[in-house]
Amino acid sequence: MSKKDSEYLINRKDNQYEVVIGLEVHAQVLSESKLFSTSATKFGAEPNTQVSLVDAAFPGMLPVINEFCVKQAIKTGIGLNAKINKRSVFDRKNYFYADLPQGYQISQFKDPIVGEGKVILDMPNGQKDVGIERLHLEQDAGKSIHDLDPQNTFVDLNRSGVALMEIVSKPDLRSPDEVNAYIKKLRSIMRYLGTCDGNMQEGSLRADVNVSVRLKGSKDFGTRCEIKNVNSIKFMQMAIEYEANRQVDLIEEGKTIDQETRLFDTKKNETRSMRSKEDAHDYRYFPDPDLLPLEVSEKFIEELKNDIPELPDDKKKRFIEEFKLSSYEANILVSDIATAKYFEEVIAKMGKNKDIKLAVNWITGELFAILNSKGLEISQSPVSAKNFAILINLIKNGTISGKIAKTVFELMIDGDKDPQKIVEEKGLKQQSDPKALEALIDKIINDNREKAIEYKQGKEKLFGFFVGQAMKASGGKANPQLINEILKKKL
Amino acid sequence: MSDITKQSLTELVENIKNKKLSSRDVTKAFIDRSEKSEKLNAYITNDFTSALDKAKKFDQKPNFDLKLPGIPIAVKDLFCTKNIKTTAGSKILNNFVPTYESTVTENIWNEGAILLGKLNCDEFAMGSSNETSFFGNVQSPIDRNLVPGGSSGGSASAVAGQLSPVTIGTDTGGSIRQPASFTGIVGLKPTYGSCSRYGIVAFASSLDQAGPIAQNVKDCALLHEVISSYDPKDSTSIDFKRNHYSKELINNIKGKKIGIPKEYRVDGMPNEIEDLWQKGIQYIKDCGAVTIDISLPNTSYALPTYYIVAPAEASSNLARYDGVKYGFRAKGENLIDMYEKTRSEGFGAEVQRRIMIGTYVLSSGYYDAYYLKAQKVRKLIKNDFDEAYKKVDAILTPSTPSSAFKIGEKTNDPISMYLNDIFTVPANLAGLPGISIPAGHDTKGYPLGLQIIGKAFDEQNILNIAYAMEEKINFKNRITDWWIK
Repeated sequence: MSKKDSEYLINRKDNQYEVVIGLEVHAQVLSESKLFSTSATKFGAEPNTQVSLVDAAFPGMLPVINEFCVKQAIKTGIGLNAKINKRSVFDRKNYFYADLPQGYQISQFKDPIVGEGKVILDMPNGQKDVGIERLHLEQDAGKSIHDLDPQNTFVDLNRSGVALMEIVSKPDLRSPDEVNAYIKKLRSIMRYLGTCDGNMQEGSLRADVNVSVRLKGSKDFGTRCEIKNVNSIKFMQMAIEYEANRQVDLIEEGKTIDQETRLFDTKKNETRSMRSKEDAHDYRYFPDPDLLPLEVSEKFIEELKNDIPELPDDKKKRFIEEFKLSSYEANILVSDIATAKYFEEVIAKMGKNKDIKLAVNWITGELFAILNSKGLEISQSPVSAKNFAILINLIKNGTISGKIAKTVFELMIDGDKDPQKIVEEKGLKQQSDPKALEALIDKIINDNREKAIEYKQGKEKLFGFFVGQAMKASGGKANPQLINEILKKKL
Repeated sequence: MSDITKQSLTELVENIKNKKLSSRDVTKAFIDRSEKSEKLNAYITNDFTSALDKAKKFDQKPNFDLKLPGIPIAVKDLFCTKNIKTTAGSKILNNFVPTYESTVTENIWNEGAILLGKLNCDEFAMGSSNETSFFGNVQSPIDRNLVPGGSSGGSASAVAGQLSPVTIGTDTGGSIRQPASFTGIVGLKPTYGSCSRYGIVAFASSLDQAGPIAQNVKDCALLHEVISSYDPKDSTSIDFKRNHYSKELINNIKGKKIGIPKEYRVDGMPNEIEDLWQKGIQYIKDCGAVTIDISLPNTSYALPTYYIVAPAEASSNLARYDGVKYGFRAKGENLIDMYEKTRSEGFGAEVQRRIMIGTYVLSSGYYDAYYLKAQKVRKLIKNDFDEAYKKVDAILTPSTPSSAFKIGEKTNDPISMYLNDIFTVPANLAGLPGISIPAGHDTKGYPLGLQIIGKAFDEQNILNIAYAMEEKINFKNRITDWWIK
């Protein structure tokens, strides 16, 4: 299945280097409460207002798993075509930090809840499979705030204990473009599933990026560096580009690459060393004795499977088959669940005699342009799917021309107005009454006798002149097709 | 009414229900005796004033349907008690006042009990003599300068010394059974998962279990009945059908098969312990039960296994005491410096030793050799018991390899101190219930205990065996009130 990787190579003298990338994506589970406590998870709340005794690690407090978060992780695993492990184990990852109240993070180390899976990317030169190594559940830490006071660090524990899914890819990615496609695909799948809102500004989705380079054609992996906690696709791409080139330069200079953890400085657009392998923490992982191994039954998994909506890949396939869309069009419509939903609603409201192609063109053209210029998501579209469908039908059945439709569309935006009413009120209805048009054309031919004679003598270019006159006389509302037919007959 | 504090819990409950005594009479008597007993150093914090208030309130509106109607009870200072300082015997929690109540203590208050105060214990329950407490040694009511055992040393002292009619302790490796044995009283470590760990300051999560300490088996059964409950707030709590342990208590154990494991005959064990064990076997037979020689082949690995698993869990459980959120904080140059100073000054030597051991055995490169191997051995130890229980209904062993020792005798020899737990840790590792009952005295006149280990969730059975034996043994604790004169 997998086509050739999109060629992203770094050239130096005679050598061509390939970049090998693997991602550890941290996706915040969409849930009302935290992974092991009942505190709320709302973003942007006042500091330390969503903290329970468990989150703040008070003596004698015990974690209790949130079943909903487990369901969300399993659903995501299903969406990633992955193996769901019926038995998984929560471990403690021990380290000291002011915003880690327990002195350990509860995570899954040896036995994650989700095993190997696969994500399909649509790249310009074909499809590409990216392997998923695993998905595990873990707690988020709190937040240390260093810039509020010159002497002290403040700690906000609202995020402490919030459920994260760490999704680890295999080192299958080969370019910043593929990383872009991969993150967008993951986000799209999770949004379809409702398991993560994918909001990168709010930190709901962030990634550690593992980068190594090797000579093109080599089968061995180079030494990798891990770039920690990058929170936008653009920064990931910039960091990869910088890091890959840094590594190639080192190799070209005959130096070796140290396996280390690096940070991406977004202001300087460079990565810099955070800690070497030797300084790596010893997290002293061991199974959390406060929690029993997590066991889920086949039935539990099956019930979740029945609950999985149609996912982007299947939806795309169906759009192509059912609506005869091109792969390109289908991709655009399914990548965001809200777009797909809007599109399907429009199709449904258009009724029997529908022009799907026209609807697609209008969604990806006029509608996207408006949303873009207003900075809105499609879910906030000022034109409802219902009115949008009416508009497309008005074009399709000849009530208005495409040109008039654009005028109508602009008027619809303000308060989601019914296009039918706009057409009636503004008198924009296309003139399709042959008798009226005939009279109108007769008058034009009468007024332009000489030109009509010239046309008959063979000056065919003048046909356009007559069409123009007719349209002008009708105020743009005349049905162009009818005008053509009548003119041909009369001239 | 000077003999109120000599009464058993069962008698006190009866007398309150019959209105022969008021809650205030009883509460006042135990407070008076506690106040005269400062020398024992059994309390870390007392709550006497409000205990009297609560007793008065109970008497004004008594509810005799409750199982512990107006009964004053002091508890180990490892249980978090709402608005009452809870220290775990440590400087690092010296100023800690919980805003919440542990499930086990909540259960006893719900049955009408009244908090007398918080009892001394080894720091974070790490110790076998109550000598690691930040709040000082506890004296045994048995003799001057004798340890009461540990870690529930304050609890044992309080019950043996009649400062509290009963109490609850916690047992991670013997911390209920060993001090009960040392002070001539009864202590039960329930099946792991029987009593909720919610609100108990954690030492080693996979081993910790709260349990009753009492003057006799019947009191022990009654208190266990109250504290054992399924609790969704503790993921390791087990939802099984719990007995009415005190109501169902019977002394008929005819035909029961009691295993005598040969591996508990350890090198250097004093003759008097062997003699006690033989007497115990005779008592069993006198009760009409049979003894069967059995083998628990991995017993000798239990102690080393315990001293890997427990410190490993403790090293992680105690990471939260970092000076950031609550408890003691030392001033530091920066975060790391603050951590180091807080934890160096806040934790005592034994706790630090165990954190070091635990950190070591979990470190990469050592994890497989120590922690992982210990977990495997733990499984083998459990398998030994499973195998044995195909043939027997319960197992009889000595509770400790010696009687109580003098304060200071073993403080500089941690290994010798750890050896105290040799007979008690296997039950913790296997998650099984074990009860220690007083069974005799050594040549110095100090109490000695016998332990009955049962099948998981089979507390009723070991309580019954203990109840039957108790009648035959007819033990009398020699309390001279030396500390009051």
